[in-house]
Amino acid sequence: MSSSARVSPIPNHDGGNDHDDNGSSRASPPSRVDGVAVHANALEKRFGATVALDHVSVDVRHGELFGFIGPDGGGKTTLFRILVSLLVPDAGSARVLSLDPVRDYRALRKRVGYMAGRFSLYPDLSVAENLTFFASVFGTTIAREYDRIEPIYVQLEPFKDRRAGALSGGMKQKLALCCALVHRPDILFLDEPTTGVDAVSRREFWDLLARLKQQGLTTIVSTPYMDEATRCDRVALMHGGRLIAVDTPADITRAFEWPLFGVRANERYKALLALRRYEHAHSVYPFGDVIHYADDRANQRAAIAADVTAFLKANGFGDASAEPIEPTVEDVFMDRTSADPASRIPDPGHVTTTNAPRH
Amino acid sequence: MPPVIDARELTRRFGTFTAVDRISFDVTAGEVFGFLGANGAGKTTAIRMLIGLLQPSGGSAHVAGFDVATQAEQVKRSIGYMSQRFSLYEDLTPRENIRLYGGIYGLTLAQIRERTDAMLQRLGASQIADAPVARLPLGWRQKLALSVALVHEPRIVFLDEPTSGVDPITRRQFWELIYEAASRGTTVLVTTHYMDEAEYCDRISIMVAGRIAAIGAPADLKRDNGVETIDELFVQLARPSNPSSPSRPSSPEHP
Repeated sequence: MSSSARVSPIPNHDGGNDHDDNGSSRASPPSRVDGVAVHANALEKRFGATVALDHVSVDVRHGELFGFIGPDGGGKTTLFRILVSLLVPDAGSARVLSLDPVRDYRALRKRVGYMAGRFSLYPDLSVAENLTFFASVFGTTIAREYDRIEPIYVQLEPFKDRRAGALSGGMKQKLALCCALVHRPDILFLDEPTTGVDAVSRREFWDLLARLKQQGLTTIVSTPYMDEATRCDRVALMHGGRLIAVDTPADITRAFEWPLFGVRANERYKALLALRRYEHAHSVYPFGDVIHYADDRANQRAAIAADVTAFLKANGFGDASAEPIEPTVEDVFMDRTSADPASRIPDPGHVTTTNAPRH
Repeated sequence: MPPVIDARELTRRFGTFTAVDRISFDVTAGEVFGFLGANGAGKTTAIRMLIGLLQPSGGSAHVAGFDVATQAEQVKRSIGYMSQRFSLYEDLTPRENIRLYGGIYGLTLAQIRERTDAMLQRLGASQIADAPVARLPLGWRQKLALSVALVHEPRIVFLDEPTSGVDPITRRQFWELIYEAASRGTTVLVTTHYMDEAEYCDRISIMVAGRIAAIGAPADLKRDNGVETIDELFVQLARPSNPSSPSRPSSPEHP
């Protein structure tokens, strides 16, 4: 392999004639000021025997709302910490706003907003005191930055005298977002801002991110909630330290290669067990009050639906119905990871996916 | 058979703030009961009262037949508990965790040995029985934690966001374990922020601002409220009380 692919020089700031690595037909554009906000190239990180990041390469464009979607232990936090200069990779390289997080960390930190996965504000300070503190650390004031933080600040204002530790989960996250924005960063990294937050507050948080996107802010979010993928321009599905897909949510679901059906039956759990015994079953998973059934045949969907319904009726589920449905990001994620050892019995001597330490 | 959980006008105040405001509900043996609500709605406070960790300010609750206010120790012996934050001791192996919890609950060594074997076999986890828990993937830890929470065969187990952050396949495997436990007669009270999981429960309640705003079977609740999903119902109920959405109507459409 060519060494230039591993450690590429910082591109010229004029962005003029940075010739791509020996034209090896890579589709990803070079890391230039005008196109790519984040460029990760074959990043690797280990913690002891644990491979937290395994050759992660991805580009995020300026102005994108980009999501890293995956369960705990997938490597999301490790990747974010490398990109915001809090952790040094074992191998590979990264550019954030054309800066090297290892070498240019001082310059980078002024321009990055970062919200850690754990609530990391001062719980004994009030909402207003936390905001004032973070503004002053960056040499500014709330008044001066008001236009940027306004949509969030107006939601916090009724609670401005409340101790941050006494806020509900959703409000804590809004305060943390506000603090991450107060120095007017050029790019925002939000590590699992909606984890443990209820469904309503989660929605509101994503509404705020959509408003920031309208202002042109590049925002990179991680989440374990697969349904939140649809709020992003593009997403990377992350599992076991690897990226298993990078695309728009629509193109990710389009790549699901099996005919998929929503099966309903009153005795849902028993119907699910019965379907798993059906000879053409590719996968059978509960999804709320529906069973997602993927078939391994390439027939007409209507014919398969009729077959599946007939099978269930013959097995005592008289009320069963099956109809073609569109796959979700979660369907794709499960299909790509079902053969993965992480969801099976691990070999105790060689466990590769656990949480990276969080501090 | 009397209900396994029987809460009557259960109330908890902190100073002038009423965290749980006269909630009444019951849960029957073998039921999978989803205990939902927005952050700050009072779920955690209610659960802490039900498991004997917090004295009610008013009303009453019986769990496994014991009064949570006066018989907290008997309540604790009759229940299992696991959460995302606290489940197993990470420096111990699964086998050691089982022995620890079994010992705490007063099982004999013979009982512990027998249940350890049965549990590991049921999970298909024999080969990881002697690896430190810290080295196991989160999903496995959570599956083991549920089994450990059931080691003393409690009548009811409280699961507080047990699947938070767990990968989607393991999340579903975890629910199969819940169904198994319920089919053996264990009552399950579970909280979750995954709205699809609410649909897996026999019945759910949705707490809003300290009160139970809706309770029933998911299918009935959806039909009665004219919504397609529990997610939709949750948003409908929780929005009006959410002070961060002043533009929303201030009176709930549904009681």
